[in-house]
Amino acid sequence: MNETTAPVDTEDWSLVITPKQSLFDLNLREVWRYKDLLFLFVRRDFVAQYKQTVLGPLWNLVQPILTTCIFLLIFGKIANIPTDGIQPVLFYMSGITLWNYFSVCLTSTSSTFVTNAPIFGKVYFPRLVIPLSIVVSNIARFGIQFGLLVVMMIYYQFKGFPIHPGWPMLLIIPTLILMAGIGLGLGIIISSLTTKYRDFTVLMTFAIQLLMYATPIVYPLSFLAHSRYRTLIMLNPLSSVAELFRYALFGHATLIPGNIAYSAGFMVVSLFIGLLIFTRVERTFMDTV
Amino acid sequence: MSNIVIKVEEVSKQYRLGEVSTGSLSHDINRWWHRIRGKEDPYLRIGEENDRTKKGGSDYIWALKDVSFEVRQGEVLGIIGRNGAGKSTMLKILSRTTGPTKGELKIKGRIASLLEVGTGFHPELTGRDNIFLNGAILGMNKAEIRRKFDEIVDFAGVERYIDTPVKRYSSGMYVRLAFAVAAFLEPEILIVDEVLAVGDAEFQKKCLGRMKDVSDKDGRTVLFVSHNMIAVKSLCSKVMYLKNGTVAEIGETSQVINNYLSNLQHKSLSQSFEDPAQAPGNEKAKLKKIAINPRSGKNEDSITVRTPLDIDIEFWNFDEGKLINLTMFINTLAGETIFANGTQAVNLPAGLHRARCFIPGDFLNDEIYSLSLMIVGDRSSPICFFENILSVEIHESRISSGWHGKWPGLIRPKLEFEILTHNLQPV
Repeated sequence: MNETTAPVDTEDWSLVITPKQSLFDLNLREVWRYKDLLFLFVRRDFVAQYKQTVLGPLWNLVQPILTTCIFLLIFGKIANIPTDGIQPVLFYMSGITLWNYFSVCLTSTSSTFVTNAPIFGKVYFPRLVIPLSIVVSNIARFGIQFGLLVVMMIYYQFKGFPIHPGWPMLLIIPTLILMAGIGLGLGIIISSLTTKYRDFTVLMTFAIQLLMYATPIVYPLSFLAHSRYRTLIMLNPLSSVAELFRYALFGHATLIPGNIAYSAGFMVVSLFIGLLIFTRVERTFMDTV
Repeated sequence: MSNIVIKVEEVSKQYRLGEVSTGSLSHDINRWWHRIRGKEDPYLRIGEENDRTKKGGSDYIWALKDVSFEVRQGEVLGIIGRNGAGKSTMLKILSRTTGPTKGELKIKGRIASLLEVGTGFHPELTGRDNIFLNGAILGMNKAEIRRKFDEIVDFAGVERYIDTPVKRYSSGMYVRLAFAVAAFLEPEILIVDEVLAVGDAEFQKKCLGRMKDVSDKDGRTVLFVSHNMIAVKSLCSKVMYLKNGTVAEIGETSQVINNYLSNLQHKSLSQSFEDPAQAPGNEKAKLKKIAINPRSGKNEDSITVRTPLDIDIEFWNFDEGKLINLTMFINTLAGETIFANGTQAVNLPAGLHRARCFIPGDFLNDEIYSLSLMIVGDRSSPICFFENILSVEIHESRISSGWHGKWPGLIRPKLEFEILTHNLQPV
């Protein structure tokens, strides 16, 4: 909805609602005004999920541990894919931790409108608060899984796989921002499309699984050095993010600055397009959802 | 500088039938494929059952048409009208849950809408958490909620349970807490829809009082949609009567309410449709005639609580040998069904049929009732539903018992109730 602070017909209307709005009216200032709501949603998601469970947030550790075991068996022992000189357990676990964050950001934000239709139909608040709260609340989950990873790294430190803590560690932050940004951008594009076509919800569930194999998660990029699929994998904006994450943690990965710039550009463009579509859809989606 | 806080200018809202909400991409591709081959839209045909889509050959419905009005600071505007008159659509546009198709709305000040209480309440969270969450959804920030917190808990009367998850609350406690959060919002403009229909009588009174406070003491503007004329009368300084998506009347409360009620009344001691093509219903069954006939034989004015009533119905069945029964609903003006009654199910040949329901005298109260009729197939599947197709006002009988107030109760059956023994135990 169109919010103007400029005087309209000589009076100070604080809000003018019109059928059309200008294309670039993104209303971000209003999202900021609702920041308290954002954090309350984050809190709700976190508290509500573990009510009446014995293990609580520890459940977040079960999935990466089991998946690491399976990857270790299938990709490590059976397929014999190298891990770029990184200790295999750490290699798979770091990949899973990062991928989990991306995949949960994308899948949860992509159902924003459909899941929250009952609330959206009753009360107005900037709809963008919901996908933003999802991205933020999953950082906590990422933190727990990352903690496990750190514990494992320290353990393997004593077993003779040295880690080199240093400045590159700080690169974890831009890695997360890239993952969150791309997940959010694609998520809100898809959520806007699902208001009319539910097909995208179905598509999402397996697309995200396939996408993982198109990203260097279970194999390092260096494994493809002489493969003709390398260009294809490099087209995936997540590839260089995955490599960047491993570089941050282990100081060892295939880093190509141009590709990181490509990922960052992709994030900006997808976020921008996402915002455009999202703000258009949020006004009238109740009529079509 | 005027003190107009809401200015609605020629707002219209159109809903499209058929084209939207077919749900999936394959439908749209199929529709597009039909269109390029010059064939009829395959999904529009389904809609033809509904006679509203057929009329005028259009798949558009105007839920609101050129609605304009202004609300001044501190006014309590009541919005009344029958179901489907556009009240909820108007509120939805004002509260920004959907956008208008045409027109413009200008609003001064912060607006909060209460289309439902307890929006966003999470059953697993405690009362305290939910107060914060719900308050924030309604547009307050944390500091504001913290300041109001004690008042909210006090108003709801749930102090002992404040750290218990709300799923353990009784439904009454839940509603009270939800309303309390909303009641302590501090927007300049408050939009309220029928929330008074919840809670016990004492709590309703408290809510009405709180709403009055909000407008009288704090000078805030309230828009109030309700079917409850008593509540509208006691709260509102001005009333807007919506009819078929347009403003039928706007002005002084009691006058508009009277016109609304008499309009309901006139419509409707009988309805008849001679031409089957024009009659309401669908290709399986249609209504020809429905009428309320007082058995006293006198004119309409004399329908009193004592008058026995016949409800005469004529309808077409187009489905040879279909097992059909009729169900009739008697509703209050507030839209609540008091009772329903069904005929036995009969295998009917195709053709015109007649039915009659007898409502004895000394059964209904001194009220305005509306009547809905449903034609049901195979004992359980509704074929068509004619909502509030008739309404009737029952008057107080002139031969009264010395009590001049209104009899309490939605109905007033005369039961066998007498004092049996005059002198059981002398004192």
